[in-house]
Amino acid sequence: MKTDPSPPNVSNPVAARVSARLAERARWSPLEIAFWLAVVATVFFLPNRHLILTETAILGLFALSLDLILGYAGIISLGQAAFFGVGAYAAGLLAKYDLITEPVLALLVSGAVATVVGFITSFLVLRGSDLTRLMVTLGVALVLREIANKFAEYTGGADGLQGVTISPVLGLFRFDLYGHTAYVYALTVLFLLFLLARRIVNSPFGLSLLSLKGNPLRASAIGIAVNWRLVAIYTVSAAYAGIAGALLTQTTAFTSLDVLAFDRSADVLLVLIIGGAGYLYGGLIGAVIFKLMQDWLANITPQYWQFWIGLLLVIIVLVGRDRISNWTAPIRRLTARLDRRPVATGAIVGKRP
Amino acid sequence: MPIVLETVALDRHFGGIIATNQVSLRVEKGARHALIGPNGAGKTTLINLLTGVLRPTAGRILLDGRDITALEPHRRVRLGIARTFQINQLFADLTPLETLGLAVSERLGFGSDWWRLVGSKAGVVDEIVALLERFGLADVMDERTAVLPYGKQRLLEIAVAFACKPRVLLLDEPAAGVPEAERHEILATIEALPKDVTVLLIEHDMDIVFSFADRISVLVNGELFVEGAPDDVARDPRVKAVYLGESLDG
Amino acid sequence: MLTILFDGIAYGMLLFVLACGLAVTLGLMNFVNLAHGAFAMAGGYITVVLVNRLGVPFALGLPLAFVFTALIGLVLERTLYVHVYRKSHLDQVLFSIGLVFMSVAAVDYVMGSSQQFVQIPDALHGQFDVFGAGIGKYRLLIIAVCGALTVALQAILTKTRFGSRLRAAVDDQRVARGLGINVGIVFAVTFAFGSGLAGLGGALGAEILGLDPTFPLKYMIYFLIVVTVGGTASITGPFLASILLGIGDVLGKYYVPTLGAFVIYTIMIVVLIWRPQGLFGRVTVR
Repeated sequence: MKTDPSPPNVSNPVAARVSARLAERARWSPLEIAFWLAVVATVFFLPNRHLILTETAILGLFALSLDLILGYAGIISLGQAAFFGVGAYAAGLLAKYDLITEPVLALLVSGAVATVVGFITSFLVLRGSDLTRLMVTLGVALVLREIANKFAEYTGGADGLQGVTISPVLGLFRFDLYGHTAYVYALTVLFLLFLLARRIVNSPFGLSLLSLKGNPLRASAIGIAVNWRLVAIYTVSAAYAGIAGALLTQTTAFTSLDVLAFDRSADVLLVLIIGGAGYLYGGLIGAVIFKLMQDWLANITPQYWQFWIGLLLVIIVLVGRDRISNWTAPIRRLTARLDRRPVATGAIVGKRP
Repeated sequence: MPIVLETVALDRHFGGIIATNQVSLRVEKGARHALIGPNGAGKTTLINLLTGVLRPTAGRILLDGRDITALEPHRRVRLGIARTFQINQLFADLTPLETLGLAVSERLGFGSDWWRLVGSKAGVVDEIVALLERFGLADVMDERTAVLPYGKQRLLEIAVAFACKPRVLLLDEPAAGVPEAERHEILATIEALPKDVTVLLIEHDMDIVFSFADRISVLVNGELFVEGAPDDVARDPRVKAVYLGESLDG
Repeated sequence: MLTILFDGIAYGMLLFVLACGLAVTLGLMNFVNLAHGAFAMAGGYITVVLVNRLGVPFALGLPLAFVFTALIGLVLERTLYVHVYRKSHLDQVLFSIGLVFMSVAAVDYVMGSSQQFVQIPDALHGQFDVFGAGIGKYRLLIIAVCGALTVALQAILTKTRFGSRLRAAVDDQRVARGLGINVGIVFAVTFAFGSGLAGLGGALGAEILGLDPTFPLKYMIYFLIVVTVGGTASITGPFLASILLGIGDVLGKYYVPTLGAFVIYTIMIVVLIWRPQGLFGRVTVR
């Protein structure tokens, strides 16, 4: 899965430490492995919850897409739903008009459409302050929603896209009423894309994103073409969001203007904040917590659950995201690469010898 | 010695304020060239113009004879100019190891590789190690930059610029703000820079300037006022007048 | 055509009154308050309750909407907003979105989700006929009230001591504090005033804009457009931006109905790319 770093000059303890630290950055921690084992276990041990678990997986993927730009590149977006919606409608239209019937292929094409939209709009978020970016991302999502609304004869408008039927995955696995196929499908897509994201953030490119999030002036002073990196990650993020949207359409055989609504952008932002941005698992963990809350609250106040979401947001901000992330810090530390294990050669981590 | 960095009648205006006025500076290859002048003389502005952070209102900048006036900052770095900032501009959440690893990867050309791990390419580790050792950062290599003592941060600031293997290194007051106890390490490090790297140094501390520099340019009110060998500049009465605030009449 | 222009101006001036509080808050406190629309909504609903249900005369209902909304704004500012000023923009965004959600749901619960109308006096129904164009009486009132407010605002800003304190604090907070200006009070009063104006705008505009619980979300983008296009350096910037926006929106919807609001969003995006600091002034969100 990963190439080993160049063999350390063992006679130099500093070199050994450098190599070891770099190798550690991308090593799978036991907690990560446990997480994914637990996720796989839900396939077998929670068969009657597969429908909601599918929604959770899709939401997690959507939040992951936001993490790539918010957590790693520092771009605040209030319009991530734009790409989610583009992917959703693309998948819906492909299926409804029998343009591409095989879901995996349709998924890829939908993702590609979202990627193009992402690429084009990425140039809008390069300039300006945080507020400008907020406005622009919000504006793009609103524009797309208007377009979807205006072309109602194709998109179904406010009623949604009717008459969508999804063929079996790879021609073999039919979508069933209990969501078994849907869940395994969504989970597989999530896992594969997660692996890719993990690879990206641990690469030099990923490191450069962190640098230009922290200090774009310094980043350009060491030769990084800041704008092109931003365009790249914004486009990738759009692709991920688009695939999440397409998954939603494919697993529910329906889509509507909801996928482009402001609510959706705000919700995914909340999901990522709950789980914590910047370490890839935040979106997934946040999605689980969010869905649990939604499930619980929907039983109490189905109509006004937005109130509690709002309250949660206010509380999170007032308490302080730092303080909250301190509660999850032990977990995050284990998944991150701040492990203080002794170096393989036995050199002692500490003062320079 | 050949001229490695040159400006031709460089101007920079901010509305009505002339920050840089017809500056024609020539820096020789391998030189230890100091840029001094009273506060507000425009020294940092000149560095910003040389590195592309600011665009000149008029004039040209030449690197090894090549006109780089229109190039963006990151492209100038690729051509061999690197700088440090007067106030540290570092990546607060990254460690020195990561910071230098990033700079080295960028320079070697695979900064945008998204599929490999940092440090998996041969040679990156060796370079990082060399940098850590040269700049005395090996013992703090994996602490967050934000928690490092200021002197170490300053060393990292220089190390990052040096990691770009520049032909011309612009140091903006490298010892500024560094506590007395940590200054000597900075100065020794600068002294030990390789002879084939040209250094343009902004400094206020005259001891550093006169012990380090082989050529001095004095900048006053955005203009090049006096230039020459250190001894000549030190003896020049006009320079003394400028620093002591006496009026200059003719 | 004249009627449409007139309508657009009325709409624009209404937008100005609604959004100027946001412009000042943003310029003054560097705070991205997406919940500004909630205050407008509050003003609208307060007027509905006062005029429709309690029989308060319309002419009294408007200033009361201002007062009540200003009070709500003052309370919220001192209890909640003050803790969020120093936080990052992301936190401010999350916080204000949270408030929006809470207010939308709360109003839905208390007042129901159907659109509400204020019972405006009979004298304000109908139109004048001027040179063959129909000039709505109610819209005329809007222009009159909003115009008077604009003039008053400009006067306050430029001619009163509070105005100079406010302008100083907007320009440079630290220096203003150093001069002994009680920035906290300036913030509180300004926020309350801005919220009050929003409430008044909501009350006036219920008839034209449509008052229902989703109001803050629907119009949030319009206020933001006014502020980013108009800048926060002055009153005239947002004023001109609002007029442009108002006329543009009405003209767009009339002549090119298939595109509708699409036009506005596109204009906004174009302006932001071309001049990120707005057409008229600095939106220096540091």
